[in-house]
Amino acid sequence: MKAAVIVFPGSNCDRDVAVALHQASGTAPAMIWHGDSTLPDLDLVVLPGGFSYGDYLRVGAIAALSPIMQAVRRHAERGGAVFAVCNGFQMACEAGLLPGALMSNAAGKYVCRHVAMRVENTDSPFTGGYDAGQRISIPVAHHDGNYFADDATLDRLEGEGLVAFRYDNDNPNGSCRDIAGILSDNRRVLGMMPHPERAADAALGGTDGAAMFTSMVETLS
Amino acid sequence: MQARVFVTLKNGVLDPQGKAIENALRGLGHEGVEKVRQGKMFEIELADTDADSARERLQVMCERLLANTVIENYRIEIGGQDAS
Repeated sequence: MKAAVIVFPGSNCDRDVAVALHQASGTAPAMIWHGDSTLPDLDLVVLPGGFSYGDYLRVGAIAALSPIMQAVRRHAERGGAVFAVCNGFQMACEAGLLPGALMSNAAGKYVCRHVAMRVENTDSPFTGGYDAGQRISIPVAHHDGNYFADDATLDRLEGEGLVAFRYDNDNPNGSCRDIAGILSDNRRVLGMMPHPERAADAALGGTDGAAMFTSMVETLS
Repeated sequence: MQARVFVTLKNGVLDPQGKAIENALRGLGHEGVEKVRQGKMFEIELADTDADSARERLQVMCERLLANTVIENYRIEIGGQDAS
């Protein structure tokens, strides 16, 4: 699988996700600086977690205008896969790759712990390694993970099966309809707040996230 | 030309910071504080001399960067005159 992780000023999960991809595929992904304006031919682009641009203005807003994001948008428009985690999810929404927005957590606090979530959609390159309804435990670490969209958008996401993950009686941020992760219309872009790369090796205290990386390798290679 | 842009959360969108400020004001003993919503204000100096074209440009800036219209409204004020 030809994968690349985009590195923004303030990214801090770029190396974690690179290690998880390397372990699953046997090949290290390319690390591409946000200031570049072109991407090589790729099967997968990762927008990693972190605090790009110090969360100035709105989370992900400045990163969404980085030079590389035009190339990421073209990659997505061609049907390329994009895996957007945490700050990456925030960027993907700001860049219009996914609908909605991520707001401050309802309790006004930064949350850093494992959460229980349910796999809602197993028909995507990211989630095919799970059973429908499977309950998994993945860590979150965010202050702005409160997914918001208007009711019409939420109804559409649910109606078309584009909700990938839901918090399972364990919503850490107040997100609409307990949404933890969503897919694009063509199911090739996934945005999620929890960090599967932090639960992809037993040494990290959990392996429930590993199936996402093996699924990506199997489907996208 | 001096412009101001006010960005506020849409009605119905949760504002935890506004809520905390509201509670703090009550804690200070201010009675009758019924609701606080926090927003942002940008002061922008433009080289433009024509107010209409400046307003158009500011609108583009709001739509593209200053506001996220999924969750926020914006209001433009040019030279102290409301022009939204």
